[in-house]
Amino acid sequence: MKSLWINPVLNKEIKLRFRSFKSFLGVFFYLFALGGIAIGFILINTVFSYSSTAIFRPEQSRTMFMVLSFVQMALVLFMTPGLTSGVISGERERQTLNILLTTPQTSTSIILSKLFSSIAYLLLMMVASLPLYSIVFLFGGVSPSLLFQIFGLYFVTMLTIGSIGVFFSTVIRKTIVATIITYGITLFFTVGTAFLTIISMQFSAFQNVNQTSVFPYITSVFNPFIILLNSFEEGLSNEINNASGIAFPLTAAFIIAFLLISFVCLFISIKKLRPNMKEKKGEA
Amino acid sequence: MIETINLTKRYGSFTALNDLNLKIEKGTVFGFVGHNGAGKSTTFSILATLLAPTSGAAFVNGYNVSTEAKEVRNHIGYMPDFFGVYDQFKTVEYLDFYGASYGISPAERQILIPQLLELVNLSNKSDVYVDLLSRGMKQRLCLARSLIHDPEVLILDEPASGLDPRARIEMREILKELKNMGKTILISSHILPELAEMCDEIGVITNGELVASGSVADIQEQLQANKIINVKLASDLEKAVLFFEDHHRVSTVTKNPNRDMLSFAFTGNDEEQIALLKKALDHGLAILSFSQEESNLEDVFLEITKGVDFA
Repeated sequence: MKSLWINPVLNKEIKLRFRSFKSFLGVFFYLFALGGIAIGFILINTVFSYSSTAIFRPEQSRTMFMVLSFVQMALVLFMTPGLTSGVISGERERQTLNILLTTPQTSTSIILSKLFSSIAYLLLMMVASLPLYSIVFLFGGVSPSLLFQIFGLYFVTMLTIGSIGVFFSTVIRKTIVATIITYGITLFFTVGTAFLTIISMQFSAFQNVNQTSVFPYITSVFNPFIILLNSFEEGLSNEINNASGIAFPLTAAFIIAFLLISFVCLFISIKKLRPNMKEKKGEA
Repeated sequence: MIETINLTKRYGSFTALNDLNLKIEKGTVFGFVGHNGAGKSTTFSILATLLAPTSGAAFVNGYNVSTEAKEVRNHIGYMPDFFGVYDQFKTVEYLDFYGASYGISPAERQILIPQLLELVNLSNKSDVYVDLLSRGMKQRLCLARSLIHDPEVLILDEPASGLDPRARIEMREILKELKNMGKTILISSHILPELAEMCDEIGVITNGELVASGSVADIQEQLQANKIINVKLASDLEKAVLFFEDHHRVSTVTKNPNRDMLSFAFTGNDEEQIALLKKALDHGLAILSFSQEESNLEDVFLEITKGVDFA
């Protein structure tokens, strides 16, 4: 197990990723965007406010936390496919993959190292953004446990979207195609499932009150934004639970579903990285 | 050391490799000759565990490449025909990464890497980013990389391709040194005379099939029906032309009056060749030299692949 966590491929990936100037620029623009939104929000509610008092109140602080959380989730969803969908196909295009595959490094170690190094970079961005969240704590209105919960959701989301990116990077030869498909799936998880949830909820509203449908529950489970919103508004969870007749907590279902997707994607990636060397029976 | 038994690789209806049978003993330098798309790289990829054969079996050091791929990887050093490098690594870091990948301890790597860089004449480039190296230097670095775990077998797919003449000579010298170290080397190249110089055996592959295999001399003997004989005379060139034209094993006599020389194609064996020379001397021809033209590997390759459809 130790060899999985501390292995040459992971060392190499982290060294190459963090040595690049692009990585520095990535962190810079990430914080610039997030910081700009936080400061803009405070300015709108104080300096540019119509209120004569211009005080930043705890309830506004909570709203700012929500805004920051949603923006951060959007950035995670935007950056993860870009960081992971080229990890294997990029090596293939650079013609370095074949050499790597002739080393005794296991497919599991190569795939997980690629994923973990990408997640490590995203985690660096998350950690770097923590001082921005300290503004929220300065004004109050948000509990630390909620912050941990939100960061837990980010982690599960980046792990799953990252695994999907690695999967397509492994099974598709061209990075550009793998990237487009990964972004497509991410878009479906965000916009597609949200749209389907709204439609199905509306449809349920027209039906008999006693009649339930699992459809809104299923579509909600795959939407990170709905789950994030659920962390702030517990009433949303109750509404979906009532409409579907499923009492199982929405956030727990999201974590299970996403981790399952991640596991399947990584399992197939590990199997597909190297050719199946077992002799094919029955073929001439 | 390397053995393939009826090794076949098909892509749909296209057969890239058909029933390849090879046996390369330990310490042998085996040259694989063939036109582009003949099946050389396919064979190398299977031996390097990068490609699964459709049927047949391949063994490296007694390990089956299909079922014991991990053991095979520990025993081979593979250099593909086209390869890339991690451009943000320095030369030393590049080798260090692969050394670590093969489970070599950091202390051993510190000793090993300068030795390898010296072997490939890159000691003065140890702190340079790999991306800044010339193509020839990258090829040599890749060769050093393939040697990092001291493999017994080296699989080198066109290691000298795309290099300028000086870089080719440098690469050839390194390969000679590796041969002296007792490595079993499987090498492919289009620079056929170079292969002839350094290989103990060669195999000629066309359209996925091995059409000839053995020592360079054996193959020349087996496959060259016509020997070219050059004769230099002190006098009587015309008389000599008439004499040789009259012999039933001789054809296509061409003369070079400026140099008092003639040459002809001869289809007989060694005994008949001796008898022909004796008869010519008895006939009173003033022969200064009588020699068989040495044909190089390129001629052999062209002879063997004559009429093969390369499309």
